[in-house]
Amino acid sequence: MSRHSELGLSDDDVRNMYRYMLMARALDERLWLLNRAGKIPFVVSCKGQEGAQVGAAFALEAGRDYVLPYYRDLGVALVFGQTATDVMLSGFAKWEDPNSGGRQMPGHFGSREHRIVTGSSPVSTQIPHAVGVALAARLRGERLVAYTSFGEGSSNQGDFHEACNFAGVHRLPVVFFCENNGYAISVPVRKQIGCERVADRAAGYGFPGVTVDGNDVLGVYAAMKDAVERALRGEGPTLVEALTYRLNPHSSDDDDRVYRAREEVEEAKSRDAIITFGQYLHSVGVLNTERDGDLRKEIAQLVDAATAYAEKAPYAPPEEALKYVYAD
Amino acid sequence: MTVKLYIDAIHDAIQEEMRRDDSVFVLGEDVGVRGGVFRVTQGLMEEFGEARIMDTPLAESAIAGVAIGAAAYGMKPIAEIQFADFIMPAVNQIISEASKMRYRSNNDWHCPLVIRAPYGGGVHGALYHSQSLEALFYHVPGLKIVMPATAADAKGLLISAIRDPDPVLFFEHKGMYRLIKDDVPDGEYTVPIGEAAVRRQGADITVITYGLMVHHALEAAQELESEGVSTELLDLRTVAPLDRDAIVAAARKTGKVLIVHEDNKTGGVGAEVSAIIAEEALFDLDAPIARLCGPDIPAMPFCPPMERFYMLDPDKIATAMRRLAAF
Repeated sequence: MSRHSELGLSDDDVRNMYRYMLMARALDERLWLLNRAGKIPFVVSCKGQEGAQVGAAFALEAGRDYVLPYYRDLGVALVFGQTATDVMLSGFAKWEDPNSGGRQMPGHFGSREHRIVTGSSPVSTQIPHAVGVALAARLRGERLVAYTSFGEGSSNQGDFHEACNFAGVHRLPVVFFCENNGYAISVPVRKQIGCERVADRAAGYGFPGVTVDGNDVLGVYAAMKDAVERALRGEGPTLVEALTYRLNPHSSDDDDRVYRAREEVEEAKSRDAIITFGQYLHSVGVLNTERDGDLRKEIAQLVDAATAYAEKAPYAPPEEALKYVYAD
Repeated sequence: MTVKLYIDAIHDAIQEEMRRDDSVFVLGEDVGVRGGVFRVTQGLMEEFGEARIMDTPLAESAIAGVAIGAAAYGMKPIAEIQFADFIMPAVNQIISEASKMRYRSNNDWHCPLVIRAPYGGGVHGALYHSQSLEALFYHVPGLKIVMPATAADAKGLLISAIRDPDPVLFFEHKGMYRLIKDDVPDGEYTVPIGEAAVRRQGADITVITYGLMVHHALEAAQELESEGVSTELLDLRTVAPLDRDAIVAAARKTGKVLIVHEDNKTGGVGAEVSAIIAEEALFDLDAPIARLCGPDIPAMPFCPPMERFYMLDPDKIATAMRRLAAF
C-alpha cells in the first residue's frame, strides 16, 4: 500500500496536490518575471514552500473551514478556490482583483466566498482573528476549523502568543501553522527564537506542537490532518511547524545574497518538494513523464491566459479610492 | 421614561441587545463573574452564560483581535477594555485591522465591532487610569468614536453602535457612571451616530464640547446666565464622524465659539472643530475661536492638587466663557 493511500488520499488527490504545487510555482515565477520586466511593482514569493502549503491545505476542507493565511500562502489560497486569473489580477493590481480590487499588494489574500479572511501587512495580526473565527463558530454551533499561517519570525509577535494562549484556555478549533523557512527577511532563525523549535512554544499554552519536514508533503498533510481532527473533536488547538525554505529573496525588493550563501540556496533546491513529491508520484505509478509534461503544459497555458487577461483588465477608476471606508 | 444612572443605561443597552440578537456577546477582563471592575456588566453572566459574557485572559491585543475575527465571521462582539489607558496594546489591531477591513477587502469583509472603554480623570486615577484617548483614534478613517454625555444618549448610542456594521469605539467617562442620571426612554431606543445635540439655546456665545465637560459647561452656562450672558451649548456626542452642520450652525448663531475638552489641547478634537469653523464660517465670527482643554502634559498626576490643576471644572469654563463674551 502506498504512503498516500495509507493516509486516505486517492491517486487523484495526490495528483491534484501536485497540480496545485505546480500552479503556485508557475504563478510565482511568472509574477517574478513580470516584476523584473517592470510590469508589476511588487511580488512576495512562495517559492520553495508550495509543498508545505498544499499539504496543509488538503487537510482542511474548503467551504467548511476558514483560512487566515500569511502573505506567502499562495498554495493555500489556490486550494481554497482562488484561480490563476485571480492571482494575476492581484499582481497587476486590477479592479477585478478579488482580494482587494487592486488596493492591496499581492499576497494579501481575502475572499468571503472562499472563507479566506482578508489580511494585512503587519505580521501576526491575523492570528487572533483566527481565534475569533473559531470562538464565533463555537458560539454559533458551527463545526469547523480556523487555520492561520505565519513565519517563524512572526512567532515572536505578541499577537501570536496572546492568540495561542486565548485558544489554549478556551480549547478552540484553531490550527496554527508556522512555515519556518529559516529567515525573517535577513535574520536567521537562531537569532529569532530562544527555543529549539517554534513548535516548543505550544507547550506554554497547553496544547501540542509538532515539527514536520515542510518538503514532505504527505508528512505535512498527516500532521495537519491530526490537528484538524483534534480540533473537530473539540480537543483544542495544535501548532504545526513545517521546516521549509524560501528559495527566492523575501520579496522583489530584497537581495538575499548579502545574508545567505549561494551554496545554501542551491542545496535547498535539491530538496524542493516539487522535485521530491514528483519523484514520489512517479515511484508509485501515479505520474509518468508524459503526464507530468502535459500537466505543466496545461498550467503554463492557464498562467499565460491569466496573465494576458489581467494585463488587459482595467484599473479601478481613481475615485474608487474614496469608497468603502464605511458601509454607507 | 425612567430616570437612570449613566452606568445602568449602558448595562441596559447591552442586556437588551443581547436579548434581541444572539450574535451579540461581550468579552473582556473581569466582565463575567466580577461583572466588570466598574460593574457595567453586573448580572449579565448569570443571564447569558459564560460563553456570551466572556472573561478573557489579560491581553488587550487578543481581546481586540479575537473580537475582530468574530466580527468578520458575523458576530457582533462588544469588547471591553478595562481602562481606555490600557487600549495601547490593542492599537495595532484597531488601526491596522478593524478600521481597514472593509476598505482593504474592497467591501468584501467588514467588522461590526464595538470596543467600550472607560476614559477620563478626576477620579484619583493618576496617569494610567485617567486618560482621554479619542484624539489618537480620531485621525483614523474607518473608525467611529462615540462619547455620550447623558444616560439617555449612552443607551441610545450604544445600541446604535452595536447595530453599526463598522467598528465603533465607545468611550464612557468613568466619572459619569454614578454621577449622571437622567430620563432614559424605556425599551428599544436608538440615537444616531454622527449627530450632535444642542443642550442649551443661547445668543451671546457658543460652547462646543462632549463627555463629562458637557455637564461642567452647563453649570458654567447657568452661572453666566445670571450675569446676563446667554450660551448656546452643543454636545458633539459623536466625535468621529463630527456633525459638521451642527458645528457650523452653532458657530454662526453667536459668532463667538469656545471649544472645551478634557483631553489635552494639541492635536485634539477641538483643533478639528476649530478648523471646520475656520473653513466654513470664518466671516461669521466676532471673536477668535477659543479652546479650553487639558494642559499638554503626558497625563494626569495622582496628587490631588495636581489632578485638580489638570481637570477642567465649571469655574475654569465660566472664566473662559466670560473672557469670550467680553471680547
